[in-house]
Amino acid sequence: MDQLQTYLIVAAILFSLGLFAVMTRRNAVAVLMGIELILNAANINFLAFARFGGMNISGQVFSLFVIVMAAAEAAVALAIVINIFNNFKSINIDEVNQLSR
Amino acid sequence: MNNIQSISVFWPELTLVITAIVVIMLDLIYSRKDSNRLKWWAIAGIVVAFWILISGFDQSAKSLFFRQVAFDPFSTFFKQLILVATGFILFVIPRTRDFANYRMGEFYTLILIMVFGMFLLVSAIDMIMVYLSLEIVSITSFILAGYMKMDKRSNEAALKYVIYGAFSSGLMLFGFSLLFGLTGYTNFHDISRELVALNGSANLALIVSAVLILAGFGYKISAVPFHFWTPDVYEGAPTPVTAFLSVAPKAAGFGVLIRFFNDVFLQLNVGDIPALPWPMIIAILSVATMTLGNLVALQQTSVKRMLAYSTIAHAGYMMMGIPILSQDGYFGIMIYLVMYMFMNLGAFFVVIAVQNRFGDDSIESFTKLGWKMPFLGVVMTVFMFSLTGLPPTAGFIGKFYLFAAVIKAGPEYYWLVFAGLINSIISLYYYLRIVKVMFLRGERVEILEYPSKTLTTLLICLAVPAIILGVYWAPIADWVRNSLILYTNTL
Repeated sequence: MDQLQTYLIVAAILFSLGLFAVMTRRNAVAVLMGIELILNAANINFLAFARFGGMNISGQVFSLFVIVMAAAEAAVALAIVINIFNNFKSINIDEVNQLSR
Repeated sequence: MNNIQSISVFWPELTLVITAIVVIMLDLIYSRKDSNRLKWWAIAGIVVAFWILISGFDQSAKSLFFRQVAFDPFSTFFKQLILVATGFILFVIPRTRDFANYRMGEFYTLILIMVFGMFLLVSAIDMIMVYLSLEIVSITSFILAGYMKMDKRSNEAALKYVIYGAFSSGLMLFGFSLLFGLTGYTNFHDISRELVALNGSANLALIVSAVLILAGFGYKISAVPFHFWTPDVYEGAPTPVTAFLSVAPKAAGFGVLIRFFNDVFLQLNVGDIPALPWPMIIAILSVATMTLGNLVALQQTSVKRMLAYSTIAHAGYMMMGIPILSQDGYFGIMIYLVMYMFMNLGAFFVVIAVQNRFGDDSIESFTKLGWKMPFLGVVMTVFMFSLTGLPPTAGFIGKFYLFAAVIKAGPEYYWLVFAGLINSIISLYYYLRIVKVMFLRGERVEILEYPSKTLTTLLICLAVPAIILGVYWAPIADWVRNSLILYTNTL
């Protein structure tokens, strides 16, 4: 169980689930959760490569930065979603359609 | 260079950060009514940063902060371009009626932080720095797009922007993680060396990671098929923000795209490893981008939305310069970016003036504008001709250099030039439609109207270069030619 391939498979599954969530969910918060899954899949990749691939420490450093950035992004995104809820009374992204298409 | 030495050439960025902190603190002192005075502090910061950038220190190419950031004439060119565009935007913000009821201190701070992020983006030579700076630019632009909290359209723009932005930076990050796994490094030059050493043994992983990374950059320059956010965000965001987003981050996106593909993948193709046909992928995306942008722009009734599609088309033209893998191509892109900045900012500023007067940006508001507000009609005509690329305007020179570079690259790219020409002809229709509704079928009116003095001055400052640079462009060409020096690692 403790080899590189296992972790890469877990990461690939997480990435696919995140992609699926972003594409199918209509709830804005669920879409944001899908994006978090994608970011964490990348994190697992970085850590697994750094730990098992015999590579340098940059992988771990990279994933620390990603965690911080994901938090910042989630803060801004949730603020925007709250604002949407105040104005539209809904966070279904299909109902947010004021702009012409 | 180590950290202490690096700081001595990092003063423009430090100036921007200090100005941002000063502005957010002064915002506590000024009342809501006076908060637009902070504009002068922001402009002072921009001017000082610009002055340090062009005068201060040794311009030779070097890497800073233990090979995180490059300092070279190439990045300096993009930094200057971004600062000029920011200066125009800072002057127009207080003249925008949309912002009348909002407190503006945070707005100026966010613009300054975004400029700082773009400075890092155009000079990053490490994947960590690319990701961080791309996120700094994205997160601040999400807030700017949704700045009008009470306006439903602005809210929607911010929501769409944040979802697409976070999604494509997630894809890019996954691509980075694969590239890190393949090579074991995060620095562009180390990656390039390791990729050549791989000798084509991991082609599938390489292609997957390159496509995912292209998603991140393609989103920043709004290339097909990562363009879906562009029309909605550009239409819903406050117009000065739209003007800013359509010029500065796009320039920064092209900067990082050129640097990444040049540093990381160029070595792969000059060798005998046909690992990745990325020039062909970008060429096809370029044609798709300009065609989609132009065809959809034909049917828009909102001028702002039409200009949004037109910026997609222009991104497509500029992408033509990347696949030919030569200095000429980069030269074409950079000179096009300069011309594009003047004409595109100008067109959006006319939209701001029309919105201030008539309250919306539909094509009906532009009807008979040439008779009611002749000054606006004339400058808008200049910008429309320039965006089409008709001589003798700046847009013509930009297109001329781009097409010439592609033709010079050889017969296998003639189809690209052909597609570009066909698209320029298509774009003629919707740009000239605006000119038509402004001037035809009008009659004399007794009282002529003019926009405010500041807007008039800004429009003259943009319209004059849009014509002059079409006749006398030698200084710009020299400037760009001297800026074509990228930092390449000789470790």
